[in-house]
Amino acid sequence: MDGNYILYKFILASAILLISLLVAMYSTLLERKVAGFMQDRIGPNRAGVFGLLQPLADGLKLFFKEEFMPGTADKFLYILGPSLTMMIALLTSAVIPWGDSFTIGGTEYTLQVADINVGVLYVFAILSIGVYGIMIGGWASNNKYALIGAVRAASQMISYELAMSMAIIAIVMMSGTLSLKEMVDQQHGMNWNIWYQPLGFLIFIVCAFAECNRSPFDLPECETELIGGYHTEYSSMKLGFYLFSEYINMFISSAMIATLFFGGYNFPFMDSLPVSHNVLTIIGSVVFFVKILFFVFFFMWVRWTLPRFRYDQLMRLGWKTLLPLAIVNILITGFVIMIKHHL
Amino acid sequence: MTVKPNTSSLSGRSKIVSNKKMTFAEKIYLPAIFGGFAITISHFFGKKATIQYPEETRSRSEIYRGKHVLKRDDEGRERCTACGLCALSCPAEAITMIAAERTDDELNLYREEKYASIYEINMLRCIFCGLCEEACPKEAIFLTNEIVPSDYHRGDLIYGKDVLVEPVDKRVDISHRQTPEVLEFKKDKTQTHNL
Repeated sequence: MDGNYILYKFILASAILLISLLVAMYSTLLERKVAGFMQDRIGPNRAGVFGLLQPLADGLKLFFKEEFMPGTADKFLYILGPSLTMMIALLTSAVIPWGDSFTIGGTEYTLQVADINVGVLYVFAILSIGVYGIMIGGWASNNKYALIGAVRAASQMISYELAMSMAIIAIVMMSGTLSLKEMVDQQHGMNWNIWYQPLGFLIFIVCAFAECNRSPFDLPECETELIGGYHTEYSSMKLGFYLFSEYINMFISSAMIATLFFGGYNFPFMDSLPVSHNVLTIIGSVVFFVKILFFVFFFMWVRWTLPRFRYDQLMRLGWKTLLPLAIVNILITGFVIMIKHHL
Repeated sequence: MTVKPNTSSLSGRSKIVSNKKMTFAEKIYLPAIFGGFAITISHFFGKKATIQYPEETRSRSEIYRGKHVLKRDDEGRERCTACGLCALSCPAEAITMIAAERTDDELNLYREEKYASIYEINMLRCIFCGLCEEACPKEAIFLTNEIVPSDYHRGDLIYGKDVLVEPVDKRVDISHRQTPEVLEFKKDKTQTHNL
């Protein structure tokens, strides 16, 4: 634990925090661009080249908006809600391996803030807390729309967490580890988990949509029924935090999908490239971000394609389809592992 | 006696609703979802319908009824004689004017002895129906294919003569607004206003 080590971790953590925020910021622009393109429009293009300054303008606008608080709101919880949501959204990035490692002066620096041996469990723990931010915000607003949105969010996230964890258990059984770094290392080259767990991937990605409160499962904030759901009473930067954390969640979810199923920073023919280890790490990280951005795009693609589920359909899909499928997936995986073990 | 279903249809397009059970492919949604993805991504790369407004404008027909123009005659004199027929014909009551008598030193400014010293059209009231140009006996007012731009203040949308009267050096071509019948009629010199 020398000073050098602490400095390196500090720089890495700050860099990841900044990158997460930057990606989330430009996701808002990308979302509007994707929405526009899919509706035969071209999206915002007035602020800067291709509208690149649009997120700044939006952020600035949110800062200058009136800071409104309902008279009947619980002041402490009202402020705690968005802060908690934002904090939890950023926490998950700590265990994701953003790249292999750099070797500088004989010391190895891994591109992961914390390689804890229960990485997967940590992610699920953080995801479970995620609902508190929404729940507290909806409750503290003292508004029936906000409350309905919060209740929906809570039950939706609890329901889909089950199927999601079950889908991951199959991966954990396969790889025999809970550390995300080790999982990625096992998917060397093209040996990705998606080839072994297509059903698990399908379940996971559907649940990821539900966990992020993204369309087609955006019932907690569906404008047509609940005005804004849990953030109906929020304005200014508190609203900005809620909206922003949705994009951070999307980014982190995409990173998780890429890590668990698409080999993280691994890419085909990575062993045959005639470059040094450090350069390979940089290429790997770039590849990882390309994968993440594809899934961020996929999130948007889905949003602008599928209509919203009805609440009973959402619950039926979660409990009566995805959960049994995930259990079947675990059984099949266990069966195959057993057969392989005996051969 | 069993009641027969009514099979007669006025439009011939009525459809009998079927509540058949969904097939397995329909039940798992996925084929339909991928079909949806294909549609949205084809639009993603498709041609965009957007027109970048201030730089690009939608092409308008030559006989589009847009902003008005008060014409001058060939010698650059204002044609309007402030008869008020346009104001009378206007269904939105958007036109007001105040008439004045031409003095001897204004002979090269106004064609008739009486002219409009103030002529205002409220563009917020105007419905661009074109009845004013139809009513005008002096061929003084026409609608052009230019649009009325938006403004920040209501007052600024009441256009006076400074905006409406065509500049002497930049004449507005309204020939396309006149049908062949009208052009033929204008050759008839027995009609006094064709002189």
